[in-house]
Amino acid sequence: MTVEDMEEQGLYRSDFEHDACGVGFVAHLKGLKSHRQVQDALTMLENMEHRGACGCDEESGDGAGIMIQIPHEFLWEECSKLDIMLGEPGYYGVGMTFLPKDKVLNEKCIDLIKDAARQLNLNFLGIRNVPVTPDGVGVTALSAEPFIIQFFLERPKGIRNTADFDRKLFVLRRLLVKKVKEELPEVNEQFYIPSLSSTTVIYKGQLTTYQVRSYFSDLSDERVMSAFGLVHSRFSTNTFPSWKLAQPFRVVAHNGEINTLTGNLNRFYAGLRSISSPYFSDEELEILLPVVDPGLSDSASLDNVVELLLHSGRSLPHVMLMLVPEAWDGNSSMDPLRKAFYEYHATIMEPWDGPAALCFTNGSTIGAMLDRNGLRPLRYAVTNDDRVVVASEAGALPIDEQTIIKKGRQQPGKIFLVDMEKGEILSDADIKHELASKQPYGDWLEQYKINIKDLADPRVTFTYLSKESVFKYQQTFGYSREDVEGILIPMALDGKEPIGSMGTDVPLAVLSEHPQHLSSYFKQYFAQVTNPPIDPIRERLVMSLSTFIGNSGNILDEDKMHCHCVALEHPIVTSRDLEKLRSIDTGIFQAKTLQTYFKADGRSGSLEDGLARLCRYAEDAVRDGFEVLILSDRAIDSQHAAIPSLLAVSAVHHHLIKTGYRGAVGLVVEAGDVWEVHHFACLLAFGATAINPYMALASIRTLKEEGVIDTTLTWPELSKNYVKAICGGLLKIFSKMGISTLQSYNGAQIFEVLGIHKDVVDKYFCGAVSRIGGLGLDDIAREVLSKHHRGFNSEKKTSLLPEGGLYQWRRRGEAHLFNPSTVHLLQQACRTGDYDVYKQYASHINNQKERMYTLRGLFDFAKHRSPISIEEVEPAENIMKRFATGAMSFGSISHEAHSTLAIAMNRIGGKSNTGEGGEDEMRYKVLPNGDSMRSAIKQIASARFGVTSHYLTQADELQIKMAQGAKPGEGGQLPGHKVDEWIARVRHATPGVGLISPPPHHDIYSIEDLKQLIFDLKNANREARINVKLVSKAGVGTIAAGVAKAHADVILIAGYDGGTGASPISSIKHAGLPWELGLAEAQQTLVKNQLRSRVVLQTDGQLKTGRDLAIAALLGAEEWGVATAALVAGGCIMMRKCHLNTCPVGVATQDPELRKLFTGKPEDIVYLFRFLAEELREIMASLGFKTINDMVGRTQFLKVREDINHWKVNKLDLSGILYAPQNPSGKSLYQTESQDHGMDMILDWGMLKQAGKALEGRTPVFGTFHVKNTDRTIGTLLSNEVSKIYGSEGLPDNTINFKFIGSAGQSFGAFAAKGLSFELAGEANDYVGKGLSGAQLSIYPVGDSQLVPHENIIIGNVALYGATSGHLFVCGQAGERFAVRNSGATTVVEGVGDHGCEYMTGGRALILGETGRNFAAGMSGGIAWVYDINGTFKDRCNLEMVDLDPLDAEDETQITNLLKRHINLTNSTSATNILSNWKNERSLFIKVFPKEYKRVLQAKLVEA
Amino acid sequence: MGKVTGFKEFERKLPTKDAPQERLKNYKEFVHSFSEEELNTQAARCMNCGIPFCHSGCPLGNVIPEFNDAVYDGKWEDAFEILSSTNNFPEFTGRICPAPCESACVLGINRSPVAIEEIEKHIAEIAYQKGFAKAKPVTLKTGKAVAVIGAGPAGLAAAAQLIKVGHEVTVYERDDKPGGLLRYGIPDFKLEKWVIDRRVELMKQEGVIFKCNAEVGVNVPAEELKSFDAVVLTGGSTIPRNLNIPGRELNGVHFAMEFLKQQNKRVGESTYQEEDILATGKNVLVIGGGDTGSDCVGTSNRQDAKTVAQFELMPKPPGQRTETMPWPLYPMLLKTTSSHEEGCERFWSISTKAFIGDDKGNLKGALIVDLAWETDTMGRPVKFAEVPGSEREIPCELALLAMGFLHPQHEGLLKQLGVELDARGNVNAKEGNYKTTVDNVFVAGDMRRGQSLVVWAISEGRECAKKVDEYLMGASTLESKDSIAEYA
Repeated sequence: MTVEDMEEQGLYRSDFEHDACGVGFVAHLKGLKSHRQVQDALTMLENMEHRGACGCDEESGDGAGIMIQIPHEFLWEECSKLDIMLGEPGYYGVGMTFLPKDKVLNEKCIDLIKDAARQLNLNFLGIRNVPVTPDGVGVTALSAEPFIIQFFLERPKGIRNTADFDRKLFVLRRLLVKKVKEELPEVNEQFYIPSLSSTTVIYKGQLTTYQVRSYFSDLSDERVMSAFGLVHSRFSTNTFPSWKLAQPFRVVAHNGEINTLTGNLNRFYAGLRSISSPYFSDEELEILLPVVDPGLSDSASLDNVVELLLHSGRSLPHVMLMLVPEAWDGNSSMDPLRKAFYEYHATIMEPWDGPAALCFTNGSTIGAMLDRNGLRPLRYAVTNDDRVVVASEAGALPIDEQTIIKKGRQQPGKIFLVDMEKGEILSDADIKHELASKQPYGDWLEQYKINIKDLADPRVTFTYLSKESVFKYQQTFGYSREDVEGILIPMALDGKEPIGSMGTDVPLAVLSEHPQHLSSYFKQYFAQVTNPPIDPIRERLVMSLSTFIGNSGNILDEDKMHCHCVALEHPIVTSRDLEKLRSIDTGIFQAKTLQTYFKADGRSGSLEDGLARLCRYAEDAVRDGFEVLILSDRAIDSQHAAIPSLLAVSAVHHHLIKTGYRGAVGLVVEAGDVWEVHHFACLLAFGATAINPYMALASIRTLKEEGVIDTTLTWPELSKNYVKAICGGLLKIFSKMGISTLQSYNGAQIFEVLGIHKDVVDKYFCGAVSRIGGLGLDDIAREVLSKHHRGFNSEKKTSLLPEGGLYQWRRRGEAHLFNPSTVHLLQQACRTGDYDVYKQYASHINNQKERMYTLRGLFDFAKHRSPISIEEVEPAENIMKRFATGAMSFGSISHEAHSTLAIAMNRIGGKSNTGEGGEDEMRYKVLPNGDSMRSAIKQIASARFGVTSHYLTQADELQIKMAQGAKPGEGGQLPGHKVDEWIARVRHATPGVGLISPPPHHDIYSIEDLKQLIFDLKNANREARINVKLVSKAGVGTIAAGVAKAHADVILIAGYDGGTGASPISSIKHAGLPWELGLAEAQQTLVKNQLRSRVVLQTDGQLKTGRDLAIAALLGAEEWGVATAALVAGGCIMMRKCHLNTCPVGVATQDPELRKLFTGKPEDIVYLFRFLAEELREIMASLGFKTINDMVGRTQFLKVREDINHWKVNKLDLSGILYAPQNPSGKSLYQTESQDHGMDMILDWGMLKQAGKALEGRTPVFGTFHVKNTDRTIGTLLSNEVSKIYGSEGLPDNTINFKFIGSAGQSFGAFAAKGLSFELAGEANDYVGKGLSGAQLSIYPVGDSQLVPHENIIIGNVALYGATSGHLFVCGQAGERFAVRNSGATTVVEGVGDHGCEYMTGGRALILGETGRNFAAGMSGGIAWVYDINGTFKDRCNLEMVDLDPLDAEDETQITNLLKRHINLTNSTSATNILSNWKNERSLFIKVFPKEYKRVLQAKLVEA
Repeated sequence: MGKVTGFKEFERKLPTKDAPQERLKNYKEFVHSFSEEELNTQAARCMNCGIPFCHSGCPLGNVIPEFNDAVYDGKWEDAFEILSSTNNFPEFTGRICPAPCESACVLGINRSPVAIEEIEKHIAEIAYQKGFAKAKPVTLKTGKAVAVIGAGPAGLAAAAQLIKVGHEVTVYERDDKPGGLLRYGIPDFKLEKWVIDRRVELMKQEGVIFKCNAEVGVNVPAEELKSFDAVVLTGGSTIPRNLNIPGRELNGVHFAMEFLKQQNKRVGESTYQEEDILATGKNVLVIGGGDTGSDCVGTSNRQDAKTVAQFELMPKPPGQRTETMPWPLYPMLLKTTSSHEEGCERFWSISTKAFIGDDKGNLKGALIVDLAWETDTMGRPVKFAEVPGSEREIPCELALLAMGFLHPQHEGLLKQLGVELDARGNVNAKEGNYKTTVDNVFVAGDMRRGQSLVVWAISEGRECAKKVDEYLMGASTLESKDSIAEYA
């Protein structure tokens, strides 16, 4: 099966695929070629096997490969045998090529190559078939195996150097791509040129890391020599064989993903019209365009752009820094020269944003870099025999420690280069300084950049809107009272987006009876699994809202006029600044206002005509030389309505891209229909450069003038707050996708369109995902006009806006599934156990004939056979075991509510969920009546509250929360006043001190990281199922496939609409998709991928009735989660006040007085689940299913309702959801096989044997083990055994004493329990002491190491993440995010990377060396002492939540004790020196003391 | 919105009243006003629920949390506008509604509900004081004419809505003044009639034409209606349920409405032809335990009756919610009205078997018997039997039958128009449609739904008006309680 076969069937799209990987290189500093480099690189690749993945078929990898220098001697001899006469090195090019196996096609391809070479006057020398050994390669990979050749071309006489020759070869490759597409379209997918160069050659394929060596016998030939080997191992979510997606590419190997690809590519294409270069002739440029072919992976696209820029005169590091700049905006300590370099380049190129570890080479220089966030690991070592080893993991290539002279980790935003010609390593600072000095970038900016505040006052003043006009416009643009009261006013008052609770249960925009805002059809994407979201508050330093309005110029050229544009700090423009912009005239820079209206005659085609006119005018304006287009909807009247701004801007944006003019102008939107954060985000993502929300600002003014906002704040202050809230909200929206800068977000289109017709999307929102069809332009116009006429109705009847009712139920407002009748009936049914009342409730929810709410409401059951009797259906007792309640933490809901749910679920054999707040141990004891309050599912969320070895041991299922429906991609915060004694104890926190949940799991930045965490958890409790909770979004199917490959046992697809916790209200509504789409996509993708039988699929999100469950089962879910309905059964009346702690029925509150009012009983909940099961059984009987297993994934038993007659809904196409993929393997559609967790061979089994006596009788034991980087998660399984027997108490300290020698793999000592004492002589990778639960770990270099410990890295990133107790002593430096979310461990380390002690809430950290930037961000508890020998610490510390204090006597005692212990355990020289000179050294220590923590401690002191 | 913790801090309070002995001296309203501070405190108790059950429980769909919030913030004009957007006559409902909203109030689950009705009344009265409640005549006329038959709450509401969209509205009223039951059913001590006059005056300023003493089908020919583009029937449910027992014909046995109407006319200085019915010095027996019965009690006491007794066939209802009437349903609880406070002996599970007269045909007593009720498993009364040996005679010179109403008067108008009736004898039209079987004739209020609350009558009038407007114009910009105005 080929990729085309699979395109656009069902909900799968190939663009959804992601990859992540292991990457690295081995190089000789002086460029000495040897076969050893090749062999070492392959060994390194093999040692990163666990970072790659394989699919259903274990022998088919996701792809792996190696790039080396052209092995001249080898090829010369081999070619001689074939009568091919190669010239001197550099005088011929090698084209590594994948061809179809079919003989005829194969020959056609070769002819084509020859033709093309001829066309470019290149002499074709001949072809060599690359010998391959397919033995052992999996069937899936073999099904698409190409025929691999190398062809050779002679360097023409006129070309004097390799750079010019390679440029020519680049043109040839592009020409071939075009020719194949035009002349041989049938081989398009099978024809591919991995490399065509006179310096390098790439061997790659859809192989596992081990297969590369055996498949390509060339690589084992001693004559194959290279100064470097650059390798890549791929872990992909993709489902189909693809050889060409293997890496490395021609210049780069990329571990990461570009989140902003659509925007980057659109902007790239947009600039192509003005492209020109002295390095290429016009004909050559014509051949090159569009440079990046559509449909490539993000990494491949990046590689193509790098190539173009490289061949047009910029140096390799210059190109890399242009595309992946470090965070410069707002960094006040950056060298101004360097900052100017970045700012200048920002005016022509936005960052290709996303987590990235990049290795790159042009054949003579090889280097590596990390993106600004540094979210992918990269470690390096330099040896005394001139070898440089860089890899995703330390120890991936075993090297004799004695020979190592430097060890380090690549830092965020830093670049590293080995110049093999000069034989030197170039440091980050050197490279950047040299580049920044090449041109007077600072002077250019000084001269040409336009600052809006420097502009003259406007020629005309802005139009003032009277109170009456404001009201009229509010009506016209669709404001509701909720928008004003609930959104505008809070934002203007507090400068923050308001918070809501309890998810959303209103209809999707396309199902609503109320006229919608166009952006309600757009659902925000968010990061999950394949890349991490960012914390926009605590990690603000990497983010930027700055933007430039104007012409972005010719990117191949360095012209000072590139920066002649308007620079903005953020994209929100006040009405006054807009007028300045409107009247701007620098002599060569002017703005043009275009009116965005259409005829309000209600005729078909009016809106289309309006858009066509607008696009025409826009194109004309660009041709006439305007640099800024202002799209304004102010000029509307009774006969002319406003085009929704989102449609207007996207239409113009795409029209200008298509015509090639987009790069020449900035698009500024002046619109009345923009007021909430989501509206702004949509506009920016679909092309707006800046936005003037004039109605929102005028509304705030009127509200202030009318005294509706009762405040002493002035209008300008309120406006400022509002803009601040929008900016904060935008950062949050970017960050939830893992995007750091507005420039990258701009045009990135990271939304799924839900309910707009493909024709509209293809024409005006090109490239956006829209899978279920929906409204056409005339329908959009109809919704606009319904609002328009309200505003322009001649007779004013009211001064009230419509109620809204989106966030709270209103009779005249939006419909809600949970409304007065349904809440009442459900509670009544569950209290009285009356199934008839339940059925009334269910019919209110299920019958969506009158009013539609959900996609499932549009389905009907298709009865293909006669019903069976209900007795034949499996009993409710069986079915109830498949139920789970939602993840609600003790903290978000009361103990009473939480334990009632647990008891109920334990009674029926279902599973309750701890949520992310830990669990009180008292709940592990069975109650006298036999009930149990223990939650079967233990959740592991980003903050890791209360996650200890014991907690993990006490679980039947461990759920990794990758996202939550109500606010996917966001973190959370429990304010200090809610953290009482009890909650603090359970969460291992301090009462009264606030707790922050970070947006990402800091040990999951990629799919291979998730695989590692799954492995960790499986070690921590091998009886428990590992469940990965995902939120429905476009592409969740491919993610699910990746998660299945990462060996999850259960995958939960949550709907966007669920959620009981507090969330920003725009997130509740606008992020994520209904579960119907996500579940169906996951099922389809897993089945196609032959992975379905390995995992249990679960779904949740506003599941309310047995019918909902039946539909979920037919779409693929064999288990279901029910949260809101269970709460309602227990007494919740949907106050939606969870975030205020005022729940009047004691459900979502910690107020002791209110908690007493909780009246729910386990029986009520049991009734609910029994009713759900019974209703489901009735449906099963009617469809003829005896068991749930029979029913799972049988979409043919669903059909779209035939009785729908609704102007919007009729246009939906739901066939994608009901698509049943072919099931080639014939495997089951539900889980029947268990995952192979690969734990048979782990080190812990051996350790367990040696620890026997300790486990049996607490007798101390000793042992020594040799380790390498593939020995991962050491001590976790052993700790599980300790916890099983000794609970949270563990063993006495120093009972199990093990020594390890070598490079430990990831997660050394993860969740290590008390009583374990591990020492490691050598080094460790990421996640040392993750979740440390009482053990002592010490790590120091091996005895014969030449390294100075405190100058060299010894452990990787994210050590002590979520540690709750125990000790870690590190003789050497640690990587990024050391002690992140530590809540109780004590540690000594000799230097840390960026974001040290982030979100820490407890414990002690003694840091005897330098820290990176942003130390102590979000740190609310515990204490850190930092040895600030260079006096740089203050600048590197994030002072928002901490004070920097001198030591007191108590601190000194603690520090000296720790130093002594550190010396004892690690023999640290730094510590010895400090201690021996303590009197002088102590003044260099700074105490980092969280303010809140200090306040609480002082208050306690006063009490005592 | 409001005060987040208000519900925890403040208790429910109602305004003080004149002491019974004081208020019995006249027919004036006796409930005092809240101080502004108290009003604010009471409004602060509103929790602004995610699902405001009050808003759902109100037949008009009053947007209660929003007006509570406006009151909390002292924004009277906003409060009045919000209230007026669903309720044409908050000054009536704020006085006499049994407040199903308060029964549905979420605070009522475990505390006492917000004093919604009092807040409503204050919003309306303050609006009149401050001048927000004023006529808002429309200039754009449709040229369509609508006749509304009956000036009770349903008719008034329909007229008030229809005039808003520019129709010419004529209200026919058979009595001498508009108001229907509001004027002649409800005693002044609960609703003083200037409150109705004040509102009717505004409606007249907006252009509504009132034709009083005009009973269509009697002194106005039904033919006259032909000149209208649409007709709305809002004549109420006027035929009272009778008690056909021996002695019914005796002097002194009256329907409650005869008694109440006469007193209201007396207070309102209208004339009436009938013989005086007075409780003064008499033993009064009120049969029927509902609100009308209660009004009879209060009126009898004001007329200085010797004793007042009130009978109810059903057993004494519980004082608190039971399982059969859970929140948020309107519960059938023991209700002690202000009239009961003024003096009255109440009996439940009691049946009147016969009226006993003296030789002049005047009522002198009643033969009564206690009942024993059988209940179902849920405790609901289903069947009764007389308690043997409990038969006894009590003295009474005035008996008032307050046992509800059966259906509208069929004779005259309805027969002449030829509209179809439903099984209960009401005019047949579906809720949400309000169209009778006769083209261009609509019906609303008790005439359609049978006897009910004033608040339901207003609701029906409003919803019916929207249907009439749609009928006349093709589309309507009038609001409905379940949907906002459409302009598409």
